[in-house]
Amino acid sequence: MSKLDLSRRGVLKTGAVAGAGLALPTIFTSGASAFTNEPGDSSVTLGFNVPQSGPYADEGADELRAYFLAVEHLNGEGDGGMLNTFSSKALDGAGILGRKVEYVTGDTQTKSDAARASARSMIEKDGAIMITGGSSSGVAVAVQALCQEAGVIFMAGLTHSNDTTGKDKKANGFRHFFNSYMSGAALAPILGSNYGTDRKAYHLTADYNWGYTTEEAVRTSTEAIGWETVGTVKTPLTQTDFSSYIAPVLNSDADVLVLNHYGGNMVNSLTNAVQFGLRDRVVNGKNFEIVVPLYSRLMAKGAGANVKGIYGSTNWHWSLSDEGSQAFVRSFGTKYGFPPSQAAHTCYVQTLLYADAVTRAGSFNPCAVSEALEGFEFDGMGNGPTLYRAEDHQCFKDVLVVRGKENPENEFDLLEIVEVTPVAQVTYDASIFGGELGSCNPGA
Amino acid sequence: MTDQTQNPPAIATGAQSTVKASRGGMLGLTANDFRLFLIVLVITFLAPFILNPFPEGSALAQFNAGYPDLMQRFVIFGIFAIGFNILFGLTGYLSFGHAAFLGVGSYGAIWMMKLLTLNVIPAIIMAIIVAGIFALMVGYVSLRRSGIYFSILTLAFAQMSYALAYSVLTPITGGETGLQIKNTDRPLLSNIQDGEIGRANLFGLEMRSSFELELGAWLFTFNAGYYIAAVVMLLAFYMSIRLFRSPFGMMLRAVKSNQQRMNYTGLNSKPYTLAAFVISGMYAGLAGGLMVAMDTQVGPERMFWTASGEVVLMAILGGAGTLIGPVLGAGFIKYMENIISKINSTILHEWFFWLPDGLENFVVALIYPFIGKGWHLTLGIMFMAVVIFLPGGLVEGGQRIAGWIKNRRGSGDGPDKDPEHHPKQAPHVGE
Amino acid sequence: MDGFILQILNGLDKGSAYALIALGLTLIFGTLGVVNFAHGALFMIGAFCAVTLNRLLTLSYVTEDPSRTDFLGNPAKVETPYVVDWFGESVGLAMIDWVVPLAILFSIPIMVAVGLIMERGLIKHFYKRPHADQILVTFGLAIVLQEIIKYYYGANPIPTPAPEAFVGTFDFGAMLGFEPFTILYPYWRLVYFVFAVILIGAVFAFLQFTTFGMVVRAGMADRETVGLLGINIDRRFTLMFALAAVVAGLAGVMYTPIISPNYHMGMDFLVLSFVVVVVGGMGSLPGAVAAGFLLGILESFASMPVAISIIPGINQIIIYLVAIVILLTRPRGLMGRKGVMEE
Repeated sequence: MSKLDLSRRGVLKTGAVAGAGLALPTIFTSGASAFTNEPGDSSVTLGFNVPQSGPYADEGADELRAYFLAVEHLNGEGDGGMLNTFSSKALDGAGILGRKVEYVTGDTQTKSDAARASARSMIEKDGAIMITGGSSSGVAVAVQALCQEAGVIFMAGLTHSNDTTGKDKKANGFRHFFNSYMSGAALAPILGSNYGTDRKAYHLTADYNWGYTTEEAVRTSTEAIGWETVGTVKTPLTQTDFSSYIAPVLNSDADVLVLNHYGGNMVNSLTNAVQFGLRDRVVNGKNFEIVVPLYSRLMAKGAGANVKGIYGSTNWHWSLSDEGSQAFVRSFGTKYGFPPSQAAHTCYVQTLLYADAVTRAGSFNPCAVSEALEGFEFDGMGNGPTLYRAEDHQCFKDVLVVRGKENPENEFDLLEIVEVTPVAQVTYDASIFGGELGSCNPGA
Repeated sequence: MTDQTQNPPAIATGAQSTVKASRGGMLGLTANDFRLFLIVLVITFLAPFILNPFPEGSALAQFNAGYPDLMQRFVIFGIFAIGFNILFGLTGYLSFGHAAFLGVGSYGAIWMMKLLTLNVIPAIIMAIIVAGIFALMVGYVSLRRSGIYFSILTLAFAQMSYALAYSVLTPITGGETGLQIKNTDRPLLSNIQDGEIGRANLFGLEMRSSFELELGAWLFTFNAGYYIAAVVMLLAFYMSIRLFRSPFGMMLRAVKSNQQRMNYTGLNSKPYTLAAFVISGMYAGLAGGLMVAMDTQVGPERMFWTASGEVVLMAILGGAGTLIGPVLGAGFIKYMENIISKINSTILHEWFFWLPDGLENFVVALIYPFIGKGWHLTLGIMFMAVVIFLPGGLVEGGQRIAGWIKNRRGSGDGPDKDPEHHPKQAPHVGE
Repeated sequence: MDGFILQILNGLDKGSAYALIALGLTLIFGTLGVVNFAHGALFMIGAFCAVTLNRLLTLSYVTEDPSRTDFLGNPAKVETPYVVDWFGESVGLAMIDWVVPLAILFSIPIMVAVGLIMERGLIKHFYKRPHADQILVTFGLAIVLQEIIKYYYGANPIPTPAPEAFVGTFDFGAMLGFEPFTILYPYWRLVYFVFAVILIGAVFAFLQFTTFGMVVRAGMADRETVGLLGINIDRRFTLMFALAAVVAGLAGVMYTPIISPNYHMGMDFLVLSFVVVVVGGMGSLPGAVAAGFLLGILESFASMPVAISIIPGINQIIIYLVAIVILLTRPRGLMGRKGVMEE
């Protein structure tokens, strides 16, 4: 904004005396507008609220990179990335509705209190019109609820729990990322065709909401193809050594281990499971197998060679060959020197989708934006034709089933795509997870 | 605050100064305490001005802290730290699980709002009661031990509360995603529209409503929630002064300086320490209730050991055992957390764009590790610097500055008390 | 039955890590009277010594391979580690494979240096300060250390595998006469346990059988009297700090194949190791070791499905529950001495 200039500050000081006494009663910030934080004529501020400290800091850093790239493209700098492949052509590289895109950043610390404090400061202090980002469902639900109360739009980052667009869904919140249910629905057929339909599964589940919904999704969908669930054990989030949870697997008659873990939990539980020789085991005359329902390439790297051959699902992968993905990987890779993660992809797409919705609606009003996004069908953003469903604000698109690559060519080449599960197979009825969307809140 | 360094020398001196200075104040406070209270009162009420010294849109506006959320946090964590200090500063018992009381208080408050009424007063009362009962149970057990054994017992209770709230107790606590007020919540005593999300209020005055004052380039926000929290904090602060100066407070100091001697005189110290523990826990519950009132959400991380550690740090950083120290410590840590973490490299470049290109990049590269995602690093360095150079915490820093100004003015009446700051010798193994 | 044996093994393994960290904490506390909140950070630095050595050994020069392309379509880059060039393929690759054992040698001088600098540069000035100040300054130091590591190594875990020779499991079941393949235990975890036992034994032997150790023990019991005898106890205590740092560092180095190291692993262990120290009894070295193994084994038992199905959530709270019970029945932990840290 303005530079540190003493003479200018002097001018402002004298101006202050002249302009004293203008007072307005408001809720949140500047009043006399139709909605919270109505932007001025020259610029609009977006709030990028990502984990910058704590265990997901690297994912947060990748999300931030994607946001910076998206802002560049929206403002007409760089090569335009997915703007060129996006099926909607409303965006022209001149900012959003002619306003230059500016941003503020914050640290969620992957704690709901800190994330809300950060988001509130963006809304109250910096006048952010939209909040986006995050790398866990707890934070997504907490910040989404805040945005609903404050009357701004929330474009979720990486959040995989069914709850975000299920029982905790909100009219002002939108999620592009896929969820536990879709992971289960996409994985089951592949698991069935590779490992057979007569399997006994043992689940280790992270003991919190996301773990519960993922276990439930994978259980239901694998039981539907004939698998039997012989054991489910919940593991504390703060666990680092999983040996005492893996040992009982040796004494059960299970022949598949499902690790409903994410992040550091997943890295350690998978490493421990492989150390205990589970992959060399033969049970009931079948090779013992391990499944990781939600893969993240950044995290898979921490498990090193242990991911080889292990199935899982992912929202997006840089090796996808469609035009949109390629364009995004090209601009991201050129700018930063390495391919983007799925978190980066989701955050980039969410920013573009928001900008596009504003442009099509012709207004920053959250209710108008919400209306423009509801039921919006688009293509050219990776994952094929996609629908933002109106009933729960969840994106429906193809889901990737991936497998740890046996012979990676470089340090980013950890996963290979086994199948692109068509959207029809992962679509579900909006009412099955309960919750009420409510009505949009424009604030003021 | 002159008679309370972090280590009150002995009961006798404390008693003398209280008797000596018992005249000249108001509201039952001594002149000195009354002055301190007045200063805090003025600062609290003028906070929206004081915390927003830089004009909107200027480069330094980044350092403004006068927005509702942070101001609310300042006073709420101030209450939390004041309460912690009643236990730690007076009795010397170091609780490492205080965040648990704040957490259960929050859960109590949000359930009150979800079920009974959206008015914040019952919620806050509920928070204090729930936290008080929990503190009574934890304190009754933990106070059977002292020193580090006591610390670990409180830590154990808090960690168990956190672990259970995060997982097994999900039906009550909401688990990882915590509890918020939803559009399906229909509190008994409120008539909100169907599908509308209830909002915390005080007899209809919403916590989030603000009044904005534009003075030229400056913008000041006066938030209803902040002022309600501020009044509560002033009450809490007032009560803590009274408590510090009361015979009860004296008894607690006696526990700190020599519990054994006290027991020999036939006094049972346990009821006093337990009372202090419960009061301290209720302060934490009050803070938790206010947090919910200001921002209607609870998550279990609020009870994690790092949160308990934070309040310990606030108290020590500000000056444990002093009246105002913990509040300063709370403000300091929350400011770092909320302001430093939001500075990013783009902002740095904006600040230094007037430098020649090469130099600009160099300066930005130099500062970059300490801001944004590096705010923890700055915080750690600050902890170390304060405790190395200011053994009495921020309060000592303030005293030194005041002393320096006094000396420069040449008045120099009376030698500085304890200029070297000889701390009490730490008890050593085998002593 | 076989399930129990496995959990005892697991418990011994976990207990090894707890015991090693608690041992160092108790050494520092017993000799210097300092509550060292940065001790977890020392464990973490040890682990990152292994990571660093791994990076050093795999330092590579880059050549382009025109026959393949990278993700942007440019010619793929092929990295060849310098050590492979210098020592030949077999030796070079073996060095990279054996990085964790090699890191033991690599980490000792580093940990000694870190320990000495920490003690002389910072801790020394806090002997006479209240414990609260010690906690604050060492906690600040712990944050600074972990943020520095995060700045250079990122926040994600970094895989540091054990040598190929130790991959795989040992079949206890077949040995003890149970059914084969029921009591399998990874080789590396056995190595870790044996390593921990040797290290603990060495520390005890050092304190028990050397003059130096005798003086230190005497100093732990009564610092003033030893000082009056004209012995420079401070210098010895400084060396004990370095020793404690080395013990924590080695515990970290050897732990890297078990869990991939990340910058906050020290904080993860910090609280648990304090619980271990206190349950063992402040100032008691055997107490710290005993409590480490005890809590490790109980934690393992509590995570068995049977235990969880009887008391849901028991695996989450077992350590704290045991700590409460022990502290209430034994006022100074398992083997604590009277008057230590009780005020």
